[in-house]
Amino acid sequence: MKKKKTLSYAKYGYIFSLPFVITFCLFTLYPVVFTIIIGFTDFKGLGAKISTMHFLAEPFKNYSTILSNATFQKALSNTFLMWGMNFAPQILLALVLAAWFSGMLIKVKGQGFFKVVFYMPNIITAATVAVLFGSIFGYPMGPMNDILRSWFGRSEPYEFFRNPWIARGVVAFIQFWMWYGYTMIVLISGILGMNPEWFEAADIDGATGLQKFMYITLPNLRSILIYTLVTSLIGGLQMFDIPKLLVTQSGPDNATLTASVFIQNQAFAGSYLYTRASAASMILFVIICILSAIVFYLMQDKYEVAEKKQLKAAAKAAKKARKGAN
Amino acid sequence: MKKTQEFRPFMIFVYIVCAFLTVLSLLPFIIMVVNSTRSTNEIQQHALSLIPSTYLLNNLKILTGKSFDPIRGFINSMIVSTGSTLCSVYFSSLTAYALVVYKWKLRDSFFTFIMAVMMIPGQVVIIGFYQFMWQIHLTNSFLPLIIPAIAAPSMVFFMRQFMLSSLPLDIVNSARIDGSREFQTFNSIVLPIMKPAMATQGIFAFVNSWNKLFEPSILLTQQDKYTMPIMVSLLKGDIYKTEYGSIYLGLTLTVLPLFIVYFALSKYIIAGVALGGVKG
Repeated sequence: MKKKKTLSYAKYGYIFSLPFVITFCLFTLYPVVFTIIIGFTDFKGLGAKISTMHFLAEPFKNYSTILSNATFQKALSNTFLMWGMNFAPQILLALVLAAWFSGMLIKVKGQGFFKVVFYMPNIITAATVAVLFGSIFGYPMGPMNDILRSWFGRSEPYEFFRNPWIARGVVAFIQFWMWYGYTMIVLISGILGMNPEWFEAADIDGATGLQKFMYITLPNLRSILIYTLVTSLIGGLQMFDIPKLLVTQSGPDNATLTASVFIQNQAFAGSYLYTRASAASMILFVIICILSAIVFYLMQDKYEVAEKKQLKAAAKAAKKARKGAN
Repeated sequence: MKKTQEFRPFMIFVYIVCAFLTVLSLLPFIIMVVNSTRSTNEIQQHALSLIPSTYLLNNLKILTGKSFDPIRGFINSMIVSTGSTLCSVYFSSLTAYALVVYKWKLRDSFFTFIMAVMMIPGQVVIIGFYQFMWQIHLTNSFLPLIIPAIAAPSMVFFMRQFMLSSLPLDIVNSARIDGSREFQTFNSIVLPIMKPAMATQGIFAFVNSWNKLFEPSILLTQQDKYTMPIMVSLLKGDIYKTEYGSIYLGLTLTVLPLFIVYFALSKYIIAGVALGGVKG
């Protein structure tokens, strides 16, 4: 009797996860498989029938075309470059702020207010932020040029985005500005999760604030720092809204062209080069997969512990059930 | 006592840095709001000013006289964001429930699978997705932006964590004894317990959907279907080239709803970020 009952409940596990599975297969799995397949064909975009599509004699033709494409190479290196220019100062500032705000070393008044203000740019539409900064650095007239003229006496307006490094710098700055508050809050919660006795013991030993930070806080933040690094890198590799809308046509000499903007240009901005776009997106995907694998590898032990606990609990429950049946 | 005295110059430095960062966070938005009340002429004279002027209505007239339609964009974004948030919050809870409460053969592999697909980027999906929607004539419809939210892997992960820690299985068992059917138990007993998690995740899902540009800008090509971020990209185009005041006003209008949501719910949002960081 009892056995039958547990079996009948198990079916609800399948039923209740069915909407997720169906939606996932239709709107994610099928499109991904489609994208992978057309990367090996001569599929012509929009309106082309799938039946007219042929597999290429050289299967990796699209991939080799894309990999040797100077613009794509530039887009990839731009993406990593602008990500790096934003992440290094971002993590440093977030660490310093987290050390101040976590209350282990010093007490900062009004930190609730500061947290709310520092995190705010993260929640604002990236498209809006990009257009706003485009206007702030506007030419011939924008607030930045107004500052140059009124405060520094410059007579000619400066065209900021003519300079590729300024254009990249502004993209990196916006990313930094939008994300350091987020990183700070994540790090604070990591520090608050530490055992306060460690800090008390260090106090008794007469450790300075800096020593406590270097020898207690930092080593124990390791896994959270790595998590932040890799999620930021994965997000950064998909950078689209800001480089797309900050400078028209990706700036001088494609200075702010990113991999995502490149893919969108190939497929949807009039050229309909779906096969190449799909090859480019698969290359991006492989890079992201490698990085995700690093995350899973580094975080594995955490999940294993949780899963083991569950297994134990399940075994106990099973034992109980058996006893009850007897 | 002595210690705090030693720290004083350092504390002044801390507050100076915090004050500077506060200005850095707020100044761009202050410039935006102030300039949306100023005429193009005034902005050309001095683009940086903290004193509002009186051209707000004039700017609004120019702004809405062209293709930028903030009310349309607001309604469209509302439909998409509300729809997708409801879908993701409800079905993620349901999927998490299936993972936590029932013991089924494929459960563990299903969970591993969810973890593995969490990182699939939108760029890899979009080409096939667009082709698919084009074939079934769903481009320029909101459905492709709402329905896929039913499968939100990272939210399932979060909901599962929450259920493991705060859903007592005894409640489910006693509901069974009382003759409640499984689906009914989920809707009337489990969902109310999930409220705090649903609220936090709901806020983030809503804001994420509201801010999305990549997918909507590819799928929606008719102007009356544009969402707020696509409307914003119109401001970058030639039609508003020299109408500086109107551009700033357009930006302000897209940000206004987010400001209201953020300052009303900032406590929960900050707490949600902290929680996601530790658990995720």
